[in-house]
Amino acid sequence: MRGQAEIAIRDLLRHHEPDKALPAPLTLFDKLWLSHVVTERDDGLALLWIDRHFVHEGSHHAFGQIAARGAKVARPDLTFGVADHYVPTRGRGLPIPDASVARMVDQLSANTAAHGITLFGLDDARQGIVHVTGTEQGLTLPGLTVVCGDSHTSTHGAFGAYAFGIGASEVAHVLATQTLWQKKPKRMRVGVDGMIGLGITAKDIMLTVIATIGADGAAGHAIEFAGSAIRGLSMEGRMTLCNMSIEAGGRCGMVAPDETTFAYLAGRPFAPAGDVWTAAIDDWRRLPTDADAAFDREVTLDGADIAPTVTWGISPEQALPITASVPDPAGMADAVKAAATRDALDYMALAPGQKLDTIAVDRVFIGSCTNSRIEDLRAAAGVLAGKRAKVPGLVSPGSSLVKQQAEQEGLARIFTEAGLEWVESGCSMCVGMNGDMVAPGERCASTTNRNFKGRQGPGARTHLMSPAMVAAAAVTGHLTDVRRFS
Amino acid sequence: MRPFVTETAAMLKLPVANVDTDQLIPARFMKEPRKPEGYGRFLLHDLIAEADMPKPEAGQTILVARRNFGCGSSREAAVYALADFGFRAVIAPSFGDIFASNCVKNGVVPATVSEADAEALLAAGNLPVTIDLEAQRIACGNVVVDFAIDPVWRTQLLKGWDDIDLTLAEADSIAAFLARDAAGRPWAAPRR
Repeated sequence: MRGQAEIAIRDLLRHHEPDKALPAPLTLFDKLWLSHVVTERDDGLALLWIDRHFVHEGSHHAFGQIAARGAKVARPDLTFGVADHYVPTRGRGLPIPDASVARMVDQLSANTAAHGITLFGLDDARQGIVHVTGTEQGLTLPGLTVVCGDSHTSTHGAFGAYAFGIGASEVAHVLATQTLWQKKPKRMRVGVDGMIGLGITAKDIMLTVIATIGADGAAGHAIEFAGSAIRGLSMEGRMTLCNMSIEAGGRCGMVAPDETTFAYLAGRPFAPAGDVWTAAIDDWRRLPTDADAAFDREVTLDGADIAPTVTWGISPEQALPITASVPDPAGMADAVKAAATRDALDYMALAPGQKLDTIAVDRVFIGSCTNSRIEDLRAAAGVLAGKRAKVPGLVSPGSSLVKQQAEQEGLARIFTEAGLEWVESGCSMCVGMNGDMVAPGERCASTTNRNFKGRQGPGARTHLMSPAMVAAAAVTGHLTDVRRFS
Repeated sequence: MRPFVTETAAMLKLPVANVDTDQLIPARFMKEPRKPEGYGRFLLHDLIAEADMPKPEAGQTILVARRNFGCGSSREAAVYALADFGFRAVIAPSFGDIFASNCVKNGVVPATVSEADAEALLAAGNLPVTIDLEAQRIACGNVVVDFAIDPVWRTQLLKGWDDIDLTLAEADSIAAFLARDAAGRPWAAPRR
């Protein structure tokens, strides 16, 4: 491994670090970092070049900040707008009934138009959730820095990019300068080796990782997911994995690019083509972590131990295999953990010791930047085919193009025949900003990323799980081990 | 941004772990413009509606909570809600990374303490608290604890720097980077 590939990456990085001797060997993250440093201060703060910046309706604070300074958008050609957080999932093409939602959507159109930014707006066939549209359009590539004012920007790390969520002040900074001041995070390797079982998905892997290391377990770290179980994942699976890096506290998550990545990207609208594509592949092959590169922290899981996993509480770290029971705070030595468990059980209206697969649900949701891509919809439809859901539910595809494809493949019909509602694409019931909410006290089996108190609506009770597990819950009316269906 | 040196005030004690940004400001309020009323009125809106939960009071400018404070979404509105209410420092054993960074951009100090020290502060009497950023020390009656903060953030908060001004002074470095980068990564631009 230390041979030609390493020499080549040194050539690539030499363009950026002409005066410095490169430390050997390097991780994927080191390579991404080094190739974006514009300048570095003595205190270690580095100014990084940003290759892609996505904005959405929530970015209005940042546009306001640059307007207040009289600044222009430095690189509209590297900035892309997507309408997703507030968009209605029904009645597309009609005026938006909620005036404050309409204002948010209109404001994005006005801000992007004023600065010459390409917008995937409500009337665009490519509209969708920013982390689905951006990647399916080929805007995210290996070796890039990608930012957006949304914590789930970590999704784009699936391509071997350094992708992270930022706040409004940082969005304003990127708009004005196309750069960001950053401290270099520590490097963490999460290895998942071995064969994962039938019916086990990236979502189960990630919920298991979070339950293992805690919701702040990767704080201050850039995570690289590696190992044979990760290599075997599709791009959709890798995106699910990297998406929830933030739920483990990580600054970002990433998977080294490989043939799976290149095959996914080939021919995408904004991806390189022709000679540039050939040159790109050549460079991208040099990005993976060098064989004996060091990480600040390593965690290893055995893929064979991972079961279909669900959350039972109000933090993503409160997750267990579906075969387990609700924990009992009475048996906990740690008083703070016991208090948190009691609080969670109280909010979730669960009893200690209750078997997880007996928990009845009131509705299901399939969607969000975590699990709404075509592969996710196929997995859910695979369970639902020919069956009726016992509870109501919403299916919101990740993008309008995913929606179209799912309709062509007959998946939409499976959902509607099962009694679920098939709607347009957006953040929808994951965050409830557009009015798609779980009613107070209702329990929802959801493919989303956060089971926080009130996340899907005030008083809503969320159980996170994979799309196939949500489909299984829809069919039986309670949390269910999807392996019963296979 | 207003520089931060020391602050002495009443403290809000929130004995809760994983207080996420959805709890700091529920998503449904973010459609509201921040000005002129500010987001302080939405701070911890749903959480403090629960029985036995301490409520923020006027005059409190320092908050202490349990681990993983500010986890979740990147919404800077979570910090706007704190800052607009009047909070100038948050103390916890760990923070969501993006939240902590957003704090610094708004002049709010994210002070990291050990789990034991957070518990000591939560258990301290209702006395005024002093947080000294220069000395990285928190004092509340006879509870005196040190806190950690990234040195870069500490300097930024002490001086009240503006990032964009800092960056605009780097125009030459940016131009030099772009010249090198064009040769090194011809594939990096989106195809048009």
